[in-house]
Amino acid sequence: MSLDKATVAKIARLARIKVPDEDLDALAGELSRILDWIEQLNEVDTRDVPPMTHVAAMKLKWRQDEVTGAPPRDDLIANAPEERDGFFCVPKVLE
Amino acid sequence: MTLIQGRTGEWECVIGLEIHAQVISKAKLFSGAPTDFGAEPNTQVSFVDAAMPGMLPVINGFCVEQAVRTGLGLGAEINLVSVFDRKNYFYPDLPQGYQISQFPRPIVGKGSITLDLEGGETRTVGITRLHLEQDAGKSLHDRDPGATYIDLNRSGVALMEIVSEPDMRSAAEAGAYIRKLRSILRYLGTCDGNMEEGSLRADVNVSVRRPGEELGTRCEIKNVNSVRFVQQAIEYEASRQIDIIEDGGEIAQETRLFDPSRGETRAMRTKEESHDYRYFPDPDLLPLELDADWVAGIKASLPELPEAKKARFMADFDLNAYDAGVLVAERETAEYFEAVAEGRDAKACANWVTGDLFAALNKAGLGITDAPVTASSLGALIDLIDDGTISRRIAKEVFETMWRTGNDAAAIVAEKGLEQISDTAAIEAEIDTIIAANPGQVAEFKGGNEKVIGWFVGQVMKATGGKANPKTVNEILRKKLAD
Repeated sequence: MSLDKATVAKIARLARIKVPDEDLDALAGELSRILDWIEQLNEVDTRDVPPMTHVAAMKLKWRQDEVTGAPPRDDLIANAPEERDGFFCVPKVLE
Repeated sequence: MTLIQGRTGEWECVIGLEIHAQVISKAKLFSGAPTDFGAEPNTQVSFVDAAMPGMLPVINGFCVEQAVRTGLGLGAEINLVSVFDRKNYFYPDLPQGYQISQFPRPIVGKGSITLDLEGGETRTVGITRLHLEQDAGKSLHDRDPGATYIDLNRSGVALMEIVSEPDMRSAAEAGAYIRKLRSILRYLGTCDGNMEEGSLRADVNVSVRRPGEELGTRCEIKNVNSVRFVQQAIEYEASRQIDIIEDGGEIAQETRLFDPSRGETRAMRTKEESHDYRYFPDPDLLPLELDADWVAGIKASLPELPEAKKARFMADFDLNAYDAGVLVAERETAEYFEAVAEGRDAKACANWVTGDLFAALNKAGLGITDAPVTASSLGALIDLIDDGTISRRIAKEVFETMWRTGNDAAAIVAEKGLEQISDTAAIEAEIDTIIAANPGQVAEFKGGNEKVIGWFVGQVMKATGGKANPKTVNEILRKKLAD
């Protein structure tokens, strides 16, 4: 499978990764080769295998509905670029 | 069918609703942080909810149970295997950069809701699916002209997204749908249904078409937080779309916001590509597998739901569809009514509950669980009417006193001497006086004006302070006037 330059640019934008125009061709090539590599899986006959989202021989662990607490607010927001009145503070985003 | 008259003919409005209902649970969907509403900002946020690196989600089994219970309450298929997916988008109140949700394989499949419409009519609306997902944090845009403040307390709280089929045809039906869904959720105890606090929020899909034709292009109105606003948004949106089409334009599929202060919807500025969510199964979570016996156990524990209760009230108490619908809308009201009606005339009890009691509650802004008159004391008041101790009119006064003072009906009646006068001699004496004093009215009656009897009854009631038995008064009056 081969990705074109425009698709790579779109993926980068959706992931909020800034990719200079001149790097797009090389990236398209690399990503296409990764997809080709994964596509080898299509050669396996899976007719009798139900669709799955994982291969681990485990079951999902459940927790009880118990409050185990929350960290002190100062710890929580210690890494925030900016904090005001106990809120995380970011540049204005408004619809 | 409800049709809208346009300039060029009739239009049909097609409505589907996506309701986000906050699950009642102590802890969040994937963390042990508390879910209390109204806490200080950022004090209910675990490192999982804040998406600190290396934190892993572990599912809260009770939230799963609540989703299954809701699905069963909607008569829906429960999927014994479902999968959590990541819905990817960037927004400051979504610290993970994705929302854990369910996309192709939700926990609950198709179900239905029966709507109660005007005049006791009903209509069935299909439920497409219900899935579990995380709520996002809250953005506050009004605290600073240049900054947005983020409170992550809500981040990670469990939500059920309940999606309807596009089966509704008017704002009234959409309102009835939300009210009924809210009622079912509250009966089940899976969501408190509080729209002001945001526990129940609606995304509204609206399109218009010529009756019977293919579906038109729809617009989605996001995050509407009251039944009234949902209805206003639909009315506005339908006429906006009709105007565009009748002017020769086309509807652009888009997301819109409802502005309650202007009563109109407007397009969001977000670009289309931001809706490319790139869903994929969350690698941090294995599939959610349910045991069929466990599901059956939840089903066996479901309470009697409004639909069944309404049918029972109509059958057992001989109530009409409207009264029964009003009484079952809230579980607490239904319980109150049943306690009053136990061993009494159900119709009379229904009238007291939906009449005087509801009026007093509305006036005081109280819910039925806060009513100062309990079900048993209202029942005792009704007994006093039934055994002839007081008249209906006096009973209304006694009720008001009960409401104000919290005293028993019997005590109030005794204290104020409100017992009905059924003593014929006493009533006769009053009637004789009134007849003697009003020869004009007597002549009118004899001249064939039957209506004047009402005036006489009124005079007698006035003279006896409303305590005379109206039936006795009527009988004696007719006899005396005929003489």
